Amino acid sequence: MNLAVRDIRHSLGRFVLTTLGVGMLLMVVMGMGGIYRGLVDDALVVTRGIGADLWVVQRDTRGPFAEVSRLPRSLVDRVAAVPGVTDAREFVFHTIQREHRGKPLRMGVLGLGWPTDKGEGLPLIAGRPLAQNHFEMIADESLGLGLGERLRLGKDTYTVVGLTRWLVASGGDGIACFTSRDAQAIQFDEPGESIRLERQARRARADEIDFGRTQPGVLDRASGPAQNLAALPGPSISAVIARLMPGSDPASVQRSMSGWSDVTTYTGPQQEELLLKGSVDRARRQILLFRVLLTIISAVIMALIIYTLTLDKLHPIALLKLIGAPTHVIAGLILQQSLIMGVLAYGVGYLIGTRLFPLFPRRVLVTNDDLLRLAGIVLVISVLASLLGIWKAMRVAPNEAIG
Amino acid sequence: MTEPLALETSGLTKVYGSGHTEVVALRDASMQVRRGEVVALLGPSGAGKSTFLLCVGLINPPTRGTVTIGGKLMQDGPRSLGDLRRFRREHIGFVFQKSNLIPFLSAIENVQVVGELIGRPSSVARRRAKELLDALGVGKRAFNMPTQLSGGEQQRVTVARALANQPSLILADEPTAALDSVRGRQVMELFRDVAHRHGTGVIVVTHDHRALDVFDTIYEMEDGLLKPAASAIARATVAHA
Repeated sequence: MNLAVRDIRHSLGRFVLTTLGVGMLLMVVMGMGGIYRGLVDDALVVTRGIGADLWVVQRDTRGPFAEVSRLPRSLVDRVAAVPGVTDAREFVFHTIQREHRGKPLRMGVLGLGWPTDKGEGLPLIAGRPLAQNHFEMIADESLGLGLGERLRLGKDTYTVVGLTRWLVASGGDGIACFTSRDAQAIQFDEPGESIRLERQARRARADEIDFGRTQPGVLDRASGPAQNLAALPGPSISAVIARLMPGSDPASVQRSMSGWSDVTTYTGPQQEELLLKGSVDRARRQILLFRVLLTIISAVIMALIIYTLTLDKLHPIALLKLIGAPTHVIAGLILQQSLIMGVLAYGVGYLIGTRLFPLFPRRVLVTNDDLLRLAGIVLVISVLASLLGIWKAMRVAPNEAIG
Repeated sequence: MTEPLALETSGLTKVYGSGHTEVVALRDASMQVRRGEVVALLGPSGAGKSTFLLCVGLINPPTRGTVTIGGKLMQDGPRSLGDLRRFRREHIGFVFQKSNLIPFLSAIENVQVVGELIGRPSSVARRRAKELLDALGVGKRAFNMPTQLSGGEQQRVTVARALANQPSLILADEPTAALDSVRGRQVMELFRDVAHRHGTGVIVVTHDHRALDVFDTIYEMEDGLLKPAASAIARATVAHA
């Protein structure tokens, strides 16, 4: 006869409610782990999806995911010429926030290197890759845009031709992919008035430094579009990404670019490490610590619940001792209840979590490894939680059953 | 060879506290109970009756003296709690003033658990439990929880539980206190039947003088002193006549 099951059966309602409560708590622990895992995965999804062997960024910066990196577009050709490099592309990435259907729409804008990269490698769930050089976009489903939907960004209107899933920036914003030209057009879009004022200011600056008199042609162009100022336009891409020839050693290619004083190069794994140690590091550690804290709280709460349940059973325990029940029977009663509660609560947490987590605004990535690890932790917590109750039960004297 | 006594105590003394706070609860108490004998233990509250039962029941060790149960010397010095607990579950049955059933077990499970604790297979322990409940007239209530039983039924289940390990000795502490006189007498007669049928020695602590004729031997206890109660027997005999 299993005394633990009999006792649970006797006070089923209370046990079920308590287990539900502990289950919810474990669900939160599970969820925090999932948020932690999702944050890391989200941070790496773009870099992994791009599959770059080398990242070439502005000198002494940590790359476009950590800080502003500005490079001239001509660097693409320079990198492509390095021995061992099979393909070099411009990389444009920035975050924008616009109003859409009366609500704020925040997205990461990723430039694809048209025509070599049309987005075939993206995790498409609907639609198609880009098919033309302008005015098309591939949006992540978390942005809430539908296929065929048209979105005005800057002075142009873009049509959603493809949808991705879980293509998000490290901050959790969904990513929309454009050709790099369109991405830059969105990035550097300015209102007409702003452009007019800038041209005026540019003209004034040129007048002040006597530049206009020595270079009258440039002075004329100062009043026109910035891209017409061949000597003056600012750097316009975030990074250059390079793929290497099969069998090439990234370190040796990296060494050959180390002499360039205007850039710094990182291999793919280095870029990932920078990303994890940089922009998402604090959030990652905060969630990790919070998760540890929640696990400890769960253990304490379970211990108190098991202790309280044991206090309610002190008289039957004294009675069992009186009729000669050995210690292992009494300890087993408490330990089994704790384990049953732990296992059922874990199941409750899992079932509720798998239904709730997809509704969360950020990705909650619960992996099998994490589930197994948490199951192990719950078992350990259950055993530890029962120790306080067992200690109390061991102190009960059999003659307390008589009084 | 003579059959060993169900119980033999010799010079049993229990002292609580020490120095100024010393209280002698039991003084040199000696008693012999044969197998099948039903013994009543009378006395006012605080006389030491319950202390005597705790010492004899191997729950509270005496300060001095010996306890021999079924021919086995159990209390003559320090013994491990595990040893005492094992002996209790194999050789002693307990019945108390309140029914003291385990609240989360049904009537049959309350009896069955004792059988399982002494190592009987679950099915055997259950069958034996059902037989005992039937024999004590509560077989129909076997699957009821304790709260669903009347006081008398609960006490019968407790008696069945005390018998489940086929003990050498049953110790009952005011088992009829919570029952009316009719039910109380039924329980006392039950002890006598059980003792005679199973050859179990039974000691019943009681204040109920109306059913003293049921007992084979009566002891009185006062201020920790145990002595045969001749006057009480006479009173009981007159009452019964």
